[in-house]
Amino acid sequence: MTTIDNSAEVENTPPVDPNAVTITINGRAVAARKGELIIAAADRANEYIPRFCYHPRMSPVGMCRQCLVEIEGPRGPMMVVSCMTPVADGQVVRTDTPQVKRAHEGILELLLANHPLDCPVCDKGGECPLQDQAFSHGAGESRFVEEKRHYEKPIAISDLVFLDRERCILCDRCTRFADEVAGDPLISFTQRGNNTQVMTFPNEPFASYFSGNTVQICPVGALTAQPYRFKARPWDLEQRESTCTTCSVGCRTVVQSSRDEILRYQGVDSDPVNWGWLCDRGRFNFQSVNSEDRLVSPQVKSGDSFTSASWSDALETVARTMRLATPGSIAILGGARGTNEDAFMWATLADALGVTMRDAQMDDGLPTSIFSYTQATIDSACAGGTVILLAPDLKEELPVLHLRLRDAADKKRIRIIEVSSHESGLTKQAWRSVRAESGTIATALGALLADSEVAAQLASGPVTIVAGRANLAESSAHTMAAVDVAVGVASHAAVLPVLRRGNVRGALSVGLAPQNGKDAAAILEASANGHVECLILLGADPMSDVADADLARRGIAGAKFVVAIDTFLTQSAAHADVVLPAAAYGEKDGTTMNLEGRVTNVVQKITPRGTSRADWMIAAELADLVGHDTGVTTLADVQKLLSSRVPGFGVTTTAVAIKRDGVVVSAGTPVRTPLSATPAPTRNSYEFRLDLSRKLYDRAVGTITSPAIAELSVGASVCIHPLDLERVGAAVGATVRVSNNHSSIVLPVAASAAVPRGTAVVPFNQPGADIRELIRHGESVVDVRIESM
Amino acid sequence: MARLTEENVRLAREIISRYPKPRSATIPLLHLAQEQDGFVTNEAMEHIGELVGATSAEVYGTASFYEMFKFEPVGKYLINICGTMSCALMGAEELMHHAEARLGIHMGGTTPDGLITLERAECQAACTEAPCLQVNYRYRFRVTAENFDTLVDQLQSGALEGEIPAHGTVAAVRQHIPADKAVGAIAPEDVTEGPAWLDGKAAL
Amino acid sequence: MTSNPGGTWPHAPGYYTGDRPKIVTSRFEYEDSYTLQRYEATDGYKGLRAALSKPAADVHEEVKNATVLGRGGAGFPAGNKWGLTPQGVWPRYLVVNGDESEPGTYKDRLLMERDPHQLIEGCLIACYAAGLSRCFLYIRGEMALAQERVAAALNEAYAAGYVGKNILGSKFSVDIVLHWGAGAYVVGEETALIESLEGNRGMPRLKPPYFPAAIGLYGQPTIVNNVETLANLPWLARNGAAAYTAIGTATSPGTRMVAVSGHVKRPGVYEIINGLTTFRDLLYGEEFCQGIRNDNELKAFVPGGGSAPWFTEDQLDVAFEGPQAGAAGSMLGSGAVMVMDSTTDIPRAALTLTRFYAHESCGKCTPCREGGTWLERILSRVVDGKGTDADLDQLLEVGQSICPGEFPHASNAKLGISAVPFPYRMNTICFVGPSAYAPVHSALTLFRSEFEARVTKRNLIPVTAVSQ
Ligand SMILES: Cc1cc2nc3c(=O)[nH]c(=O)nc-3n(C[C@H](O)[C@H](O)[C@H](O)COP(=O)(O)O)c2cc1C
Ligand code: SF4
Ligand code: SF4
Ligand code: SF4
Ligand code: FES
Ligand code: FES
Repeated sequence: MTTIDNSAEVENTPPVDPNAVTITINGRAVAARKGELIIAAADRANEYIPRFCYHPRMSPVGMCRQCLVEIEGPRGPMMVVSCMTPVADGQVVRTDTPQVKRAHEGILELLLANHPLDCPVCDKGGECPLQDQAFSHGAGESRFVEEKRHYEKPIAISDLVFLDRERCILCDRCTRFADEVAGDPLISFTQRGNNTQVMTFPNEPFASYFSGNTVQICPVGALTAQPYRFKARPWDLEQRESTCTTCSVGCRTVVQSSRDEILRYQGVDSDPVNWGWLCDRGRFNFQSVNSEDRLVSPQVKSGDSFTSASWSDALETVARTMRLATPGSIAILGGARGTNEDAFMWATLADALGVTMRDAQMDDGLPTSIFSYTQATIDSACAGGTVILLAPDLKEELPVLHLRLRDAADKKRIRIIEVSSHESGLTKQAWRSVRAESGTIATALGALLADSEVAAQLASGPVTIVAGRANLAESSAHTMAAVDVAVGVASHAAVLPVLRRGNVRGALSVGLAPQNGKDAAAILEASANGHVECLILLGADPMSDVADADLARRGIAGAKFVVAIDTFLTQSAAHADVVLPAAAYGEKDGTTMNLEGRVTNVVQKITPRGTSRADWMIAAELADLVGHDTGVTTLADVQKLLSSRVPGFGVTTTAVAIKRDGVVVSAGTPVRTPLSATPAPTRNSYEFRLDLSRKLYDRAVGTITSPAIAELSVGASVCIHPLDLERVGAAVGATVRVSNNHSSIVLPVAASAAVPRGTAVVPFNQPGADIRELIRHGESVVDVRIESM
Repeated sequence: MARLTEENVRLAREIISRYPKPRSATIPLLHLAQEQDGFVTNEAMEHIGELVGATSAEVYGTASFYEMFKFEPVGKYLINICGTMSCALMGAEELMHHAEARLGIHMGGTTPDGLITLERAECQAACTEAPCLQVNYRYRFRVTAENFDTLVDQLQSGALEGEIPAHGTVAAVRQHIPADKAVGAIAPEDVTEGPAWLDGKAAL
Repeated sequence: MTSNPGGTWPHAPGYYTGDRPKIVTSRFEYEDSYTLQRYEATDGYKGLRAALSKPAADVHEEVKNATVLGRGGAGFPAGNKWGLTPQGVWPRYLVVNGDESEPGTYKDRLLMERDPHQLIEGCLIACYAAGLSRCFLYIRGEMALAQERVAAALNEAYAAGYVGKNILGSKFSVDIVLHWGAGAYVVGEETALIESLEGNRGMPRLKPPYFPAAIGLYGQPTIVNNVETLANLPWLARNGAAAYTAIGTATSPGTRMVAVSGHVKRPGVYEIINGLTTFRDLLYGEEFCQGIRNDNELKAFVPGGGSAPWFTEDQLDVAFEGPQAGAAGSMLGSGAVMVMDSTTDIPRAALTLTRFYAHESCGKCTPCREGGTWLERILSRVVDGKGTDADLDQLLEVGQSICPGEFPHASNAKLGISAVPFPYRMNTICFVGPSAYAPVHSALTLFRSEFEARVTKRNLIPVTAVSQ
């Protein structure tokens, strides 16, 4: 277990601030900061100013005019929009004069003039800023007797979002978000004046990974999300604040449910993390929890099929296997999809059983020594200086981290240096972006950093190395070598490890990290060779997730006894001897740790499906059955134990309970085992270097069991440079044979200038032919031939 | 048709090169597209987006803001009759009624032969010469019913072919900046110093 | 110099010369006034030479001393505006506003069509004086001839070495880029002009913080000047500030171009002496409009472009001087006077203007987008005889949501009302919203009886409202 020290944030009482100013709002003195907008200062002082277009995370536009207030000017009171007027020391602001009240009523009346009377049938009814402010700041009945504007009622502007232009009040929030925040300006105002409408280009949908945010920030019911339409009225929803664990960004959410069914996630603004945004995958995969295909009771294999069993029988079967197993022959894979408490209890059980074969990663991340460098946070990376990207396309893997970095680069706070084997979502924002064939990034980075301008940039401020596994067909040693190159040049650099799976850092930190260098691949190899008598798949599906498909298959087949603890009968679980149904996200309380080591809570909002149980409970009971009394019966017991055993967690229970932003726990300094990257062989000029990288939507179980997003995966294909396509002699969309000496598959081919010549990009885990057949663990890089058919 | 022709792409690149940021060329390029096809096609907007680095939605957002861009075919001659204050005071409404009667179409309509589209327009900066109109943005002043009929006769007979280009072409003269004379457009972020002539001394 | 008794110059339609000093229209009498040859033969580019022979700061000082008031509408002195750019921020740009589209306004088009080199020379002097390193000359989209003439003149000027690299062999280098619009009145507003020039929808930005001189084109300091404003500079550079201020009054020196349209005997464009000429001179003077058509009575006139509150005969002795017009309850705006005689249907005239501004609203801010159209709808109902007297109050109510508080208007002896001075307060981002209301307010204030005669007396909300 790695040592973890306690680095709880201290509640900071700022010293005397040169930027501090005092203003009065309605006669009350309010402390504010220079440059702050009146509306923001008023919000902090709980003086509510009505607004529609203002959003604290986007640049103000001052369009709706709802936030008018009066300030004392040199020539008497003047009306200004509080969302674009900065505070000034001694400023006198009034939001309660008859003039201001008249203005608020007037603007509301005008906004309502063309607004349809849809409230009873509108999804937003009950949580609608327009409706609410019409009550609180409106004059009452409308004097608008003319015919209202008419448009075709909701039109689908993407697979996920509907737009009702009649309801739109043209606040520019959605369009601003798409442009400024997401960088996908696929919706725009069109036409002019009273005919202005939000629209997409004909036949070009608003296909943004972040589209759901526009629904959340739309101040009326103009934008609605397909998965939520007509599902519930806001007053029927109950909610609890939680953390998304779909990926390791750890966006803050509220989980909303009605009648014991999860109906919606909404983003919550956590300042150090997600700023209120969610990606569409994280937002809409709540459907997975409600899926009909969930496992509801323990299953025991008899012959070729499963039969339902009682928990006591199923657990006893597992416990017996564990008790009888030869010492050192039990292995645990997984744990990254549960809570810290889940992982910790499994680690505790593993310790009791003397299990050394454990790994929370699926040979798809980086060695844990990545935690041995000085660690960065999202905020520290975005605050300034240089960010070196040695990572997968963050837009595809860690979408909201992508938004944070994009924002920082856009606002010129940071400069991004990117070394990657194909263009990413941040390439446009990058200060320097170079393409390096897989296997050569360390060399390419070295050359880039030797440039005097780049060196000066690195020396000019903090440096953050964002390190992750960009290519599953490339040994992680290459990434680690590149990190060392960067640290070698910029010794003051900190590392932000971007391991992708929800709680992978938590699981690794509380005890499910590999021991003695024996990682998932080594464990599967051992299993294939008959050395594993009991293989426990803790929410792990190696047959889908391990890049070397053959290894995964052999590993599972070679295990004498397989136990799967999962929410669905995954490909791997189907091969298990016992399957135990696990409580899903939203069905259990606990804590999770994001990629920067931040611990926040996740909550139970609904009853676990069927008889499913939290992973930690299963571990605790098994521990009992194998004769190791953990003394744990409640989650609080687990957390107490966790706090006492893992020092960094000493404060988390209390800290997490009171703080939305959680607390960053330092992962300490695990031993850095010097890695020597096997130099990549040179590629034959007629071959392509394989780049196996992830897309946001793939066959991940949470995605394919969420109907709204299940169909959004791009499908298996191979993408090469247009000139290479010419060389291969195939047309876009044609099928080609992709082969090496391990295997050969047939895929449709695509072309893109974002892919350099000689590289072949294949998205991971997509519906269609499986490229993993061509991959063998341990190979430095994978080269393939592509032939037209 | 539809995407810009090779010759127009060349022109487009020349226009783009005059601006510190390519996006600035959006409107001139939309005019170029309209000049090519008589109206702005979706394919042209996609092409312009590629050229200036914008999404098609952004190009359309810009294009649809402006009155002059048409997204469907219009007549070879677009007659815009001014209906704003000065012209209205001097009989613009009557002129419009006459025009509708003469052409047998309503404002916004196109004659069945596709020759003439009639539109109501706003002040054309010729208010002293009211009522006035433009044919493909070429003026006719103090227009009477008879003047209008003569104009239509001429358009129909082809007598104005030389004077008035088909809809889409606005100015028939283009600016050309000779390469040896051009100072050149530099992105603002690449400019760090003030102009050379601000050295406190006379330039000549 | 003699006037041209035959009417307008055939090649300068609408323009009348006269025995007055001419600063910007001096070449209009030549048929080939737009050619480089004629320009050079008539003092052309001598102002540029004069300017380049001095340090830039001195030229700037000269322009400041001359108090060249902006001719685009706001009347802010050009020299002072140039001084508002933040120190040490580069590059700075010049954007020339040739989008002339304010109802009643007709002068910039003439200047561009008839004397494009004068404008080009003006641009060069401004760039030199204020350290502006690139100039964009934005011409209204619908002005084909102006675009052609300016393009041709620029091509000539580049060839002759007046524009581009090392102008006249000096260290002064600047490109002038012809840019053209595509039909949207609001783009005349300077921040909208900048948005449009950036390739965007022409929607105004909020001032503050987006004062172009500080944050303009591409976020850089940018001077936006009207065509006529810049056209003054060559003469000024040749003759000096003293000669310039010798014409007109201290607060309004020089001349200005004014277009008078509507019900006068001789509608036309005149270069008048600033500050001194009164509306009476202009409407009735022999050298100007020579009276109301058919010797009808004057009913009202719009003194400064469609957005200006209206005047009646009570204000005929107001001179072309900003503060005077402001105190009288209106503004001089863009130098456009529209005259209505006794036969004018006032509600309909107001509707024409309100419809214009409602139609030209960019749609960005609520009061203008929704309020302007609402005003237009009510007004057209009233004009069609389908309104009620509740509608008349509703017009003023909607107006309050656009412009809160008292709205400026002229005094009127017959009605016994005194003036409310300019300016108004507004809830909108730019002046288009208030401009939709101005004609409604003026018409209702000065001619309410004409509206009352049109509506049915019923203080009830119409039936349609109940059924909604
Ligand atoms: C709605 C609106 C329309 C305008 N239209 C024009 C115009 O067509 N031409 C113009 O020069 N100024 C116009 N202006 C004024 C400009 O915003 C700006 O003040 C002017 O171009 C500055 O030049 P100047 O200082 O030389 O007058 C308009 C202003 C508003 C609010
Ligand atoms: S759709 Fe909603 S968010 Fe977008 S502009 Fe309209 S009201 Fe605003
Ligand atoms: S970025 Fe990750 S944590 Fe955030 S919403 Fe998306 S999946 Fe969830
Ligand atoms: S006042 Fe009208 S034109 Fe001006 S910004 Fe607002 S909506 Fe646009
Ligand atoms: S919230 Fe300030 S103008 Fe919309
Ligand atoms: S009103 Fe018709 S041209 Fe001005």
